[in-house]
Amino acid sequence: MSEADGIVRLRQPIGVEYSWSAGPNATSHLSGLMNGKLIGKRCPSCTLVYFPPRNGVCPKCAAILAEDVEVGPKGTISTFCVVNVPFLGQKVKIPYVAAQIVLDGADISMQHLIQECEADEVRIGMRVEPVWKDRSEWGPTLESIAHFRPTGEPDAALGSKAGES
Amino acid sequence: MRDVAIVATAQRPSQIGTQLTSVELILPVVAEAVKNAGIQRQDVGFWCHGSCDYMSGQPFSFVAAVDAIGAWPPIVESHVEGDGALALYEAWVKLQTGECDIAVVFANGKTTSGPIDRILTLQADPYFVTPLWPGFDAMAALQARACLDAGVVTEEQMAEVAVRSRRDAKSNAVAHLKGDYTVDELLSGPYTTAPLRAHDCSVPVDGANAVVLAADDVARRLAKRPAWIRGIDHRIDTQRLGARSLTTSDSTRIAAEKAGVGRDKVDVAEIYAPYTHQELLLRSAMGLDATTTAINPSGGALVANPAMAAGLARFVEAAEAVFAGRADRAVAHSTSGPCLQQNLVCVMEGD
Repeated sequence: MSEADGIVRLRQPIGVEYSWSAGPNATSHLSGLMNGKLIGKRCPSCTLVYFPPRNGVCPKCAAILAEDVEVGPKGTISTFCVVNVPFLGQKVKIPYVAAQIVLDGADISMQHLIQECEADEVRIGMRVEPVWKDRSEWGPTLESIAHFRPTGEPDAALGSKAGES
Repeated sequence: MRDVAIVATAQRPSQIGTQLTSVELILPVVAEAVKNAGIQRQDVGFWCHGSCDYMSGQPFSFVAAVDAIGAWPPIVESHVEGDGALALYEAWVKLQTGECDIAVVFANGKTTSGPIDRILTLQADPYFVTPLWPGFDAMAALQARACLDAGVVTEEQMAEVAVRSRRDAKSNAVAHLKGDYTVDELLSGPYTTAPLRAHDCSVPVDGANAVVLAADDVARRLAKRPAWIRGIDHRIDTQRLGARSLTTSDSTRIAAEKAGVGRDKVDVAEIYAPYTHQELLLRSAMGLDATTTAINPSGGALVANPAMAAGLARFVEAAEAVFAGRADRAVAHSTSGPCLQQNLVCVMEGD
């Protein structure tokens, strides 16, 4: 509490702690990342493969995603953004590329960092592969992967069924 | 005005400490309600969801819930940051506009993923009350104390509410706390937040439920005996606890008058009272006579309180009483905020 100019100021921060559950249907995905595996989930109704598996349900069909499918590890860039703007807490040297990557066998894209090439070389259709962090740093998060890098393979057309109705 | 009715319902049994996500909680009850109505997802013209982001600790967490109802082909949906009973009110208004004939209302409450007493305190006045962190139970205890001092309720009457609720809950699969107790037994327990004892406070659980609403001939086609909404009204008392009487509930009284509760005999009343003394206050404010009206025959929210779904659960129970012919005329009530700040009252009738 402080008094200045006759005004009493009171700081009373809010603090609430939660226990968060990933849910049984997304858990295999997160455990996979702890073990160096990329596990997506297949919809029993429309057969689309989700990586990441959202909340364990298919938003098109409102169906539980029960079946595990190993995807990748290679994938194709579906779109990207070159980051040139410095901001507080930035961990990577600019310019760098944040890309949407459709892993082989998956039907939706995931976001990750592209490194080991110049930002202006990145393009839609570029083939990439994950570079995992040291095993001691693996956890239930996509941050177990340090970044993706170009494979050098010829560019690929995107074969996702995700946009079809 | 169009005739709008509840034509189908679904609820999930209460759990404590569920590992399911909110989306996984909602998905099966929505699917079951849609199935119970004998329709397809694509027949639904409007979806309305009630939940509270503060309970999941994630801003915009409700957006994920759209996954649970299936958003393809594109749907028309809305969300209410509050109890599903308020989402039902919005869906009723939507049906009155004539823009659609079928609406689905759903709600979820995971009360055990965080300190619910602290989280619900965030509903209080953010400048003068919340920073003091009084606790939701403690605010209700202040109200109970005021009621006891004014002679509006007695501790015995409060215990009787708990005894009746737990006994009635024995036949309700959704309820969490059930069994035979005596008033003396309950009154021998210690105060938890004086003058409240454990039996005076509801049991926080994780739950979800869903209701299908339909208008006019569509409702007649979908249900043998629709629960027609004959009156519905929502009123709010001031947020300032010190600026209103805590021993009456003016917002409930006005909402009940506007909804037409007193126009005829009420067979069943499902009242969202998270505390025993609040049921007594609400009964009195709505003019309900417990000798002619079955009060909370489901056991009410005392035996299972999935906050943000507990108000919609009252609609589910009241509508099911009408479907089954246990009631020709039923009342569903929902409350929000500390010490019964907001109140919604609905009258339903069978044909």
